[in-house]
Amino acid sequence: MKIILFGISKEIIGNNQLTLPEGHGLTTVLELKKWLLKKYPVMGSLSAVAIAVDQVYAEDETPISDNQEIALIPPVSGG
Amino acid sequence: MKTIKLVKHIDLNEVFGLLEHPEAGGMDIFVGTVRNHAHGKEVMQLDFEGYEPMALKEMDKLATKALEKWPIMKLVMIHALGPKKIGEPVVVIGTATAHRRDAFESCRFLIDELKTSVPIWKKEYFGDKTVWVNAHP
Repeated sequence: MKIILFGISKEIIGNNQLTLPEGHGLTTVLELKKWLLKKYPVMGSLSAVAIAVDQVYAEDETPISDNQEIALIPPVSGG
Repeated sequence: MKTIKLVKHIDLNEVFGLLEHPEAGGMDIFVGTVRNHAHGKEVMQLDFEGYEPMALKEMDKLATKALEKWPIMKLVMIHALGPKKIGEPVVVIGTATAHRRDAFESCRFLIDELKTSVPIWKKEYFGDKTVWVNAHP
């Protein structure tokens, strides 16, 4: 599973995408958020982190799978 | 009816033409520009990054909401991406309606909502460091 990164999350992880290891077993947005926080504790210092699945903001219970476009959305600051 | 796009450079002269409509009695245009200071420190430049396909979808959702709520004849949402210097326009929101109240209200709604939901990120360059705006509480 690949996660697209933007803004500060790109700097925290040090790449513009993150590939989850084989057999990661993550099935929902909430599980992914918890995994990210454990792997990159500094993510916890951000004011909010959302996940988009197929270019739509996802809820914690939204299922995720390898064939979807998953992106990490740090706090937005356009305008 | 609506123009929604992400561009490298905003052409303000184009916006009036995009909003012209014979039944519109008023246009409200908001232009966001690069300010030379933040948190009491001098800003040298900004850089905008966007999740482009999703940003366009989110902008379109906001436009749809505004079109349902106000009788808008023409609507424009343009955001710039990439490096921006002090004074340059970075976002333009415009609505044309029969009466000014609807134009003011819808324009304000669109820029306020854009700032909370559209996946675009602003990086401020100070003399000694860079900061992703809003990243930390």
